[in-house]
Amino acid sequence: MPNMSPKKHEMPSQAPEVRNKNFYEVALGYTAETAIEEAQRCLNCKHKPCIGGCPVKIHIPEFIAKVAAGEFEEAYQIIQKTSSLPAVCGRVCPQETQCESKCVRGIKGEPVAIGRLERFVADWHNANSCDLPVKAEPNGHKVAVVGSGPAGLTCAGDLAKRGYDVTVFEALHLAGGVLVYGIPEFRLPKLIVEKEIDNLKALGVKVETNMVIGKVLSIDELMGEYGFEAVFVGSGAGLPRFMNIPGENLKSVYSANEFLTRVNLMKAYKDNSRTPVLHVKKVAVVGGGNVAMDAARCAKRLGAEEVYIVYRRSEHELPARAEEVEHAKEEGIVFKFLTNPTAILEGENGMVRGMTCVEMELGEPDASGRRRPVEKAGSEFTLECDCVIMAIGTSPNPLIKNTTKGLETQKWGGIIADEHGLTSREGVYAGGDAVTGAATVILAMGAGKTAAEAIDEYIKNKN
Amino acid sequence: MYKILKKRELNPTVTLMEVDAPFIAKKAQPGQFVILRVDEEGERIPLTVADYDRARGTVTIIFQIVGGTTERLNHLNEGDFIHDFVGPLGEPSHLDGLKKVAVVGGGVGCAIAYPVAKKLHELGAEVHSIVGFRNKDLVILEEEFRAVSDVYKMMTDDGSYGEKGLVTDALKALIEAGNAYDEVIAIGPVVMMKFVSLLTKQHNIKTMVSMNPIMIDGTGMCGCCRLTVAGKTKFACVDGPDFDGHEVDYDEILKRASTYRDFEKREREEACNLFKKEVK
Repeated sequence: MPNMSPKKHEMPSQAPEVRNKNFYEVALGYTAETAIEEAQRCLNCKHKPCIGGCPVKIHIPEFIAKVAAGEFEEAYQIIQKTSSLPAVCGRVCPQETQCESKCVRGIKGEPVAIGRLERFVADWHNANSCDLPVKAEPNGHKVAVVGSGPAGLTCAGDLAKRGYDVTVFEALHLAGGVLVYGIPEFRLPKLIVEKEIDNLKALGVKVETNMVIGKVLSIDELMGEYGFEAVFVGSGAGLPRFMNIPGENLKSVYSANEFLTRVNLMKAYKDNSRTPVLHVKKVAVVGGGNVAMDAARCAKRLGAEEVYIVYRRSEHELPARAEEVEHAKEEGIVFKFLTNPTAILEGENGMVRGMTCVEMELGEPDASGRRRPVEKAGSEFTLECDCVIMAIGTSPNPLIKNTTKGLETQKWGGIIADEHGLTSREGVYAGGDAVTGAATVILAMGAGKTAAEAIDEYIKNKN
Repeated sequence: MYKILKKRELNPTVTLMEVDAPFIAKKAQPGQFVILRVDEEGERIPLTVADYDRARGTVTIIFQIVGGTTERLNHLNEGDFIHDFVGPLGEPSHLDGLKKVAVVGGGVGCAIAYPVAKKLHELGAEVHSIVGFRNKDLVILEEEFRAVSDVYKMMTDDGSYGEKGLVTDALKALIEAGNAYDEVIAIGPVVMMKFVSLLTKQHNIKTMVSMNPIMIDGTGMCGCCRLTVAGKTKFACVDGPDFDGHEVDYDEILKRASTYRDFEKREREEACNLFKKEVK
């Protein structure tokens, strides 16, 4: 008999006033007892709508049934058949708009906490199992993957499981892409990412760091003298956008990418880090996505007394996950909705002393379907702050486009790829933010997975 | 890990290292740079490629000891390894088609100016090199520069070597003596590049300068190295490091470069304590 409680089991978390001063993980994870009880809420429906909501098609009711039976390793084995990064997805996927949004239990009450269960299973495996994944029989074909973020790692893992000899090329000194430079430690501990990458290496995936493809080697060289039969480009959307308003190049103005890279990848939050970050008192973060929430919450943890999220639309339009917004509010982040910066003001020594903003109101819906913000006449005011972080989005890096002849891209820089990830170049596939522009970890993983299938087909048919 | 094959002290604060990096050596061109991390915990710093040997697979860097990272780097010896070494980054200098060029180098900037002068010489251009140092003890790459220059002017602030004066004095004299340059290439302290550009603007000579701002990734991802050129924001790492000297906002660059000065000073002192050296 299923557990008919209408509510999910709460996720145990660090108290807001404690966690906003440290970088430890916010959510602490279910215990085995809680996981079993939560798993018993699953009705194991015949038509399994949840799977339809998952970009990597995890066999959700099957793994949950194993959790309910207390067979955690078996549950893990079911998840890892289709997902290369379960401990990551269990933490950062927007389950509320994917699998959980389709859950039948969500019609009258809350859906089954699929994400929390996935996280529990992956963590249980990482803590209790020493079994390394088994390498597939090599098939003798080489594939290169450009970029070691979620798209690249998923594609690499899926191809390695099929016996391909896969090499991942990463520009930075550490593999993981946005999982290591962008998403902060308190949402996704870096040890977890490292563990997931070690699992891929155990599958036979090679990772070459410090390799900027497009500079040190071109795609043509990879496919020519280096003998890779296909290439997957998962180079992400790493170029930060700025607003082009006065004062944006003042000393204490960061792009969210720079701020987060300093704090996460370079560990500037640790006292002994050799990478500096400014310790400021009042921080204004411009933007309303998950990246803006991450930047604001990092700034708070670094000791800022006041941290604002400045967003030009209303709370209803915030692109960030509801859970992240909630966490940010609990931690004391102040939201300034319907507010748009027009200039950043210079104080002493080239630092920021404030930001001129105008109030906005919502007009008619625009192309995105969201109501367009329009300026309220005479509403200009100054927001006092000593640091501004721009988190208004990123664009794809043009390095690959500029050095790969015949690779077609959109006007805004995204690589053009069909529904299988195939680009305008034979043997060259692409997916993730490099194709879609900035999106989510799981969508990138879905694209990596689809491309892996297409690459497998392509190489099989060619030979 | 990248092995240091050769280490040479050029002056008490400037060191040359030849590093085993065959992939980078194969592609590097004058004007490009690498980013390195000395060790597992290190910060990422950009250094311009001072030379490369495609056959031997080596890349040469020349650096001045200014902060904790360069202090730690200088502590490594031949046979030791640099943890991370990535490149070649940035756009190469555009040197094709130039017939007569003045190459101006200031201090350790000469390390970057030298490969440019050498390449121009190889391309058959007439090269007039003007180099400036604070004093005789700090002079680097004199022989190397002389070998690729048709005219070589040495300037020191205190007159202890060559002529007493600034590089702009020598450049002004050469221009006024009737030398018609296709281009002036200035590489050195920001203030020097600013004043070279002000001078050449008066004479309407195209001038390129090489920027070396604070960077993290070096691939366009962080935007830390941004500067204003002709009123537009550019990233030194991917749009540069070379820019039109008449269009660069130097004052903004000087301010941005000072962002972490206190931190850098502390880091340097810590590194010096570690190696029991006196902070200079």
